[in-house]
Amino acid sequence: MRLRVGIFLLLLLLFGNTLLGAATLQVAVASNFTAPAQRLAERFAQESGEQAVLSFASTAKLYAQISNGAPFDCFLAADAESADKLLRAGRAVAGSRLTYALGKLLLWSAQSGYVDGQGERLRRGDFAHLALADPRLAPYGRAAVEVLRALGLLESLQSKWVLGENIAQTHQFVATGNAELGFVALAQQFEGGALNKGSAWLVPEELYQPIRQVAVLLERGKENPAALAWMRFLQTEQARAIIRSYGYGEE
Amino acid sequence: MLDAGDWSAIRLTLLLATITTLFLLLFGIPLSWWLARSRCRWKEAVAAVVALPLVLPPTVLGFYLLLFMGPQGWLGALTQALGLGLLPFTFSGLVIASFLYSLPFVIQPIRDAFVAIGDKPLEAAATLRASPLDAFCTVALPLARPAIVTATIMGFAHTVGEFGVVLMMGGNIPGVTRVISVQIYSHVESLHYAQAHWLSGGLLLFSFIVLLLLQRFRPQAGVWH
Repeated sequence: MRLRVGIFLLLLLLFGNTLLGAATLQVAVASNFTAPAQRLAERFAQESGEQAVLSFASTAKLYAQISNGAPFDCFLAADAESADKLLRAGRAVAGSRLTYALGKLLLWSAQSGYVDGQGERLRRGDFAHLALADPRLAPYGRAAVEVLRALGLLESLQSKWVLGENIAQTHQFVATGNAELGFVALAQQFEGGALNKGSAWLVPEELYQPIRQVAVLLERGKENPAALAWMRFLQTEQARAIIRSYGYGEE
Repeated sequence: MLDAGDWSAIRLTLLLATITTLFLLLFGIPLSWWLARSRCRWKEAVAAVVALPLVLPPTVLGFYLLLFMGPQGWLGALTQALGLGLLPFTFSGLVIASFLYSLPFVIQPIRDAFVAIGDKPLEAAATLRASPLDAFCTVALPLARPAIVTATIMGFAHTVGEFGVVLMMGGNIPGVTRVISVQIYSHVESLHYAQAHWLSGGLLLFSFIVLLLLQRFRPQAGVWH
């Protein structure tokens, strides 16, 4: 008898979490969107009483997980391609595609006065390292390459490139001063409507293709009212105001 | 199949692992000897510092190396004062990072072997008028040979397989710091799964062969005849 009670308690301990405080939806979020997503989930819980459980990883990792049946209801990607691929593969719900944020590119240095407001420093090229995210992996890296091409600096600066695996690592290269300057996301250096450290050039948006971050409802979340509510919530003015406050644009 | 970038990564990885292993043996053997024989009270603290990479996540180690070797770090200030520039994003920087990361795998077996030899063979050598250096070279080193072979293979293999630290320190520069593990990671992340399979399969085969070799050099004490 005591053994049975013990086993029951053990099982409750192991699985109680999922049974009792049942999460109402699971959202896969590209890691560059971590901070705003947490803020959005808080607000969503206040508004709807539903708990959105967030999982953060790179867009490619989440894509691979979702393709292999990971239990997510919604996917907030850092690009448009991953979401489109899932739509074509029938793993995302047609018609749920939503551009929830536009990433903005910033040429940034941790030293104040190093980068000027017109990006002249880039043309002078008097630095040893220019950090950017790997263009094969990260949308911000692709955008950085487009900017360099538009300025005619692609070949001349290529020998100075150091590539971050993602935009967070690229930011670390510049923040630690090992690269004098680099292309990072505006959202990484944006606090309360202003640049918080160092010097920067906000790259004009006509120099690169917009960095569209696309969200989709996944097959698993199709029947989940909380997941549908989350997708609607992303389009409300209060959600968009939160997203803007982190330095993202909107379409 | 493998493209030019993959081959360049393979060459670079083998070069890095070879140079790192040479440094590991050059510094690791004397350090192991000191750790095994010294009565210094800082000995255990030094042993613990050397073993840190076993516990620390590679990204933590990589991040601290980035700080120490950067313009604000003391090592970065030193290398700049010596006119060597900064170490991150260079091949030399990778060698230093790999050296620190693989050091415990070299120290551990060699130190244990030196401890196991004990005083007696060295005392016997001393009674035959061998100098301490002579005794070390002609008695201790040959006795510790199996451990040194193990340490060499472990140090080399561990350097080939390292990822987090090189990614942080290297900046992923083709031909300079883009090693196999980083190349595989890039292939997977950019969804080029076929190319990733070729490189990963090769690495898997390599690792299997290394571990098989390692078994051959194990002391056979556990076998009962």
